[in-house]
Amino acid sequence: MDTRRVSSAVPRVRQVGFFTPNTPAHQPAPTRSQSGPPTSDSPPLSDSPASNSLSPVMIPPPRHLSDNLGGRAYALPVPGRGNAGEHATVGSYNPSESVLWLESPPRSRIGDEELSEGTESSLGWYRRSNSAKVASSLPSGGFDLSQVKQPESVAAVEAKNPLPEKSEAQKEQASNPKSLKAKTTKAERRALQESQRAAKAASKAEANKSNAPGGAASSKPMKQPPQKKDGPPVASSVAASERGVDRPVEKERKKDLPPPRMQFDDESRVDKAKRRSLLNQPEARNRVELFRHLPPHKNGSQLPYLESKFFELHEMHPSVYKVGLQYLTGDTSGGNARCIAMLQAFQEAIRDYSTPPEKTLNRDLTSKIGGFVSFLIECRPLSMSMGNAIRFLKSRIARLPLTLSESEAKAALCSDIDRFINEKIVLADKVILRHAATKIRDGDVLLTYGSSCVVEMILLYAHEIGKQFRVVVVDSRPMLEGQKQLRRLVAKGLSCTYTQLNAISYVMHEVTRVFLGASSIFSNGTVYSRVGTASVAMVAHAFHVPVLVCCEAYKFHERVQLDSICFNELGDPDAVSKVPGREDVNYLDNLTDKQKENLQLLNLKYDATPSDYISVIVTDYGMIPPTSVPVIVREYRKEYLLI
Amino acid sequence: MPDTQALVNDFLNKLKKRKIEGSQATAKQTAELLRSVISQTRVPYTNQAAALIQSVKAVGEGLIAANPVELAVGNVVRRVLHIIREEDLSLTTAAMAGLNLSAVSDDEDDVGGDNQPVLSAAAIAAASRSTLRPPSLQTLLEDVPDSAAVPHTSSSGGDSEGKSKSADKSSRSRKLKHDVIEAVNELIQDINTCHEQIAEQAVENIHQNEVILTLGSSRTVLEFLCAAKEKKRSFRVFVAEGAPRYQGHLLAKELVTRGLQTTLITDSAVFAMISRVNMVIVGAHAVMANGGVIAPVGLNMVALAAQKHAVPFVVLAGSHKLCPLYPHHPEVLLNELRSPSELLDFGEFSDCLDFGSGIGAPLLHVVNPTFDYVPPKLVSLFITDTGGHNPSYIAEIYQLFVTSLRGEDMKFKSEIMKTNCVAGGNLVKS
Repeated sequence: MDTRRVSSAVPRVRQVGFFTPNTPAHQPAPTRSQSGPPTSDSPPLSDSPASNSLSPVMIPPPRHLSDNLGGRAYALPVPGRGNAGEHATVGSYNPSESVLWLESPPRSRIGDEELSEGTESSLGWYRRSNSAKVASSLPSGGFDLSQVKQPESVAAVEAKNPLPEKSEAQKEQASNPKSLKAKTTKAERRALQESQRAAKAASKAEANKSNAPGGAASSKPMKQPPQKKDGPPVASSVAASERGVDRPVEKERKKDLPPPRMQFDDESRVDKAKRRSLLNQPEARNRVELFRHLPPHKNGSQLPYLESKFFELHEMHPSVYKVGLQYLTGDTSGGNARCIAMLQAFQEAIRDYSTPPEKTLNRDLTSKIGGFVSFLIECRPLSMSMGNAIRFLKSRIARLPLTLSESEAKAALCSDIDRFINEKIVLADKVILRHAATKIRDGDVLLTYGSSCVVEMILLYAHEIGKQFRVVVVDSRPMLEGQKQLRRLVAKGLSCTYTQLNAISYVMHEVTRVFLGASSIFSNGTVYSRVGTASVAMVAHAFHVPVLVCCEAYKFHERVQLDSICFNELGDPDAVSKVPGREDVNYLDNLTDKQKENLQLLNLKYDATPSDYISVIVTDYGMIPPTSVPVIVREYRKEYLLI
Repeated sequence: MPDTQALVNDFLNKLKKRKIEGSQATAKQTAELLRSVISQTRVPYTNQAAALIQSVKAVGEGLIAANPVELAVGNVVRRVLHIIREEDLSLTTAAMAGLNLSAVSDDEDDVGGDNQPVLSAAAIAAASRSTLRPPSLQTLLEDVPDSAAVPHTSSSGGDSEGKSKSADKSSRSRKLKHDVIEAVNELIQDINTCHEQIAEQAVENIHQNEVILTLGSSRTVLEFLCAAKEKKRSFRVFVAEGAPRYQGHLLAKELVTRGLQTTLITDSAVFAMISRVNMVIVGAHAVMANGGVIAPVGLNMVALAAQKHAVPFVVLAGSHKLCPLYPHHPEVLLNELRSPSELLDFGEFSDCLDFGSGIGAPLLHVVNPTFDYVPPKLVSLFITDTGGHNPSYIAEIYQLFVTSLRGEDMKFKSEIMKTNCVAGGNLVKS
């Protein structure tokens, strides 16, 4: 509220540095009815040059300081920032402010719009919601500003230049906002369309489908208020940062980075995603507070529903569909298996692909793959390795020479995929086997946790080449993957000891090496793997037993993580409360509703092992310490993106 | 006598078949059994204490051998022996004090004094000892050592004094038995109420909005948490299920019923969650003389994780769980392996578990231990029914206790040690 008062107190100053009388009128009003780009700002223009140079001084900094202290460092940006902040809040009150602002309002509004549309999703609301926005977007003012600052400070610099050069500066500025504006308006238009479509779909869905109401109705109203409270600022800031960062300068870098992960505690985005999604989002009755940002588990019970929808999904290629269902039911699991299944499905989809008329293969195929991917994500969150593979595929598509004919391009892509599978997974595993086997000596007792296909291959290979050793298979609920592995190892004639994770301290005395698999390794050396791996590594570390992590280099990822909470995957909570095969353990079967209210079940799928527990990482590039992961990530990414 | 024997045999059987769960129940039943043994023992005129000790020892050794890993049995046996000695001592000194006061008799049959001055000196020393009392485990642990012990002594002393030297031996022997039984009753009472005494300290140790993690189930922990809840503390609890017994489910249900916010997690998620936990509270099976803990399986892992994240690891233990033995290779010697069927479906894996498959040793072994040893350096705090203690303090207490034990007790201690080790060795071998 403070900021608003400031704006009214120093109205002139806001026009600082923007004197482009000609642009406004022709600007296609950025599809917003009320932002009608008023031409009324020509009057202030006359004195703007004068106030221009002064403005940095005139604007009372202390007021804004409370908003964003960061801006103090440089004198120039301050006015720009302050103004932008005001604008974001004031815009709706007096839309006829200044054209110069035109390039900033749309951006802040986009953020707002998304937010308003998310929180109150009714159609009537979102056009009007501008005024309501003011309040909600207020706290986020600081965020918007930092994004907006950049172009404005440029403008301000130019404005500060001596008057003689004014025309030039004018021109420059005229072009600058214009270009920016074109972009943002396009973005905005797209957002608007999207939201309209979404809203329509939502209203329709709400009308004829009653998937959520039943169970959700009771729990939702209770949950909503607190979330709503913290939702808006997050939403707007996220939106703002997304759009705002998307400056030409940053763009190149941004494209390389993976898109921000969907945060499921962000109500507005969840709503939006829900409307788009094919699956019914299960209404988890009692989600663990710490993990609200993660997508709730989807179980196989959605299968019939998805099956019934098959013929409505024209876009979906059957093979992708099949893979998605396999993910959903858990038939395909394990990092490598999932990745290969996905790539092969994409391969088939590419084979069957034909470019629609008036479209280019590069773009259309990329978007198509994007659609497949989002379907797969809905079935089960992607693993890091799959993310890397998709990135590889997309970069290959983007780099296809335009001169290639369609069939040639398709063949090239298919062979690329084949090569990826072969080089990065199959051959990489073979190399890892060789490396790891050198670390197994006769008489060793090797401990492995859960079921990792690489580790299993290593054990079998070492057994094949005649090493004498014993294996301790440690397992844990609820997956009990170790039993299957145990079965296979015993069938091959390996001498095994089986135990549960809790007994790890008991068996660790006799163990001489610990072999672990990984779902991904982050660039700070953290090993992201099946839940429980961290405990095993920790106990091994405490007992001074070396821990070898075996992981193909394509699973390395440049993100960093310190805990297992920021990013993870949730499993079926009911699997925790039920112990198959143990009829005596049924304490949680018949709970009253009141009891259920207090009870939450948490089924984590992964955890993050700190790098200090890892002795060595065995990859296809050799055996490296965890500190060398970022090097591999850097070199390797270059390699596969540029092949 | 025959009925005690039947009782003893019955209890032995239960112990051997592991029918009694939990150290508290075991301790209580042991104490009750010993009480009946004491009351049934015929005491001769001379040296009654020795006779009682003899019979208690005989029974106690059997009990300890029946379940060497249930250290509570040994603890209770030791405590009862100690009680007998103390009572005997206090009676003797009281009688002597009486003798000394009247200064007439030179009845020297129970104290082998040579002449008058020495006798009087010994009597004074004994009398002063009776007021100071040799430090028992109980008195050592208690903050005010005299509160419980002194009134009792003085009263008994007063009684015998009232009887003065006319106190005949039969009444003294009855007196001894009576006192011992009363003291054992007190012990049983202590065992019964140790939960409440521990739970009383809950509010002082749990703050608002605390996040607590526990593994498996322990009645002490349950009551501790519920006591805090009753005092209007609101906090949330993460319960690790504690495979393969899944007692955590039971605990979760109990907590949920009492209205506590509870999250049930798998054991494997402990490391992931511990960074968001303020305190780990667990029960123990036994606390060893060095401050190490014999605890349900999995707790060493939890303790390590807690240490890594600097989360306090608090162990709740009634004083009957304090065991004056030093652990030697406790993971093996003080452990017990349970049935593999809890981990694997035998039907599914029968072919590889089979000894008779021709090759000799089977390819597949299944390890299912019951206990974990948590070294003292991983424990932040013990909360016993006599207050909170550091692990190092527990170790000190034992030092004092052990030095205060007299020759016979020490011998018995070593005997117990031997039986423990032998039995443990057998267990490992089998």
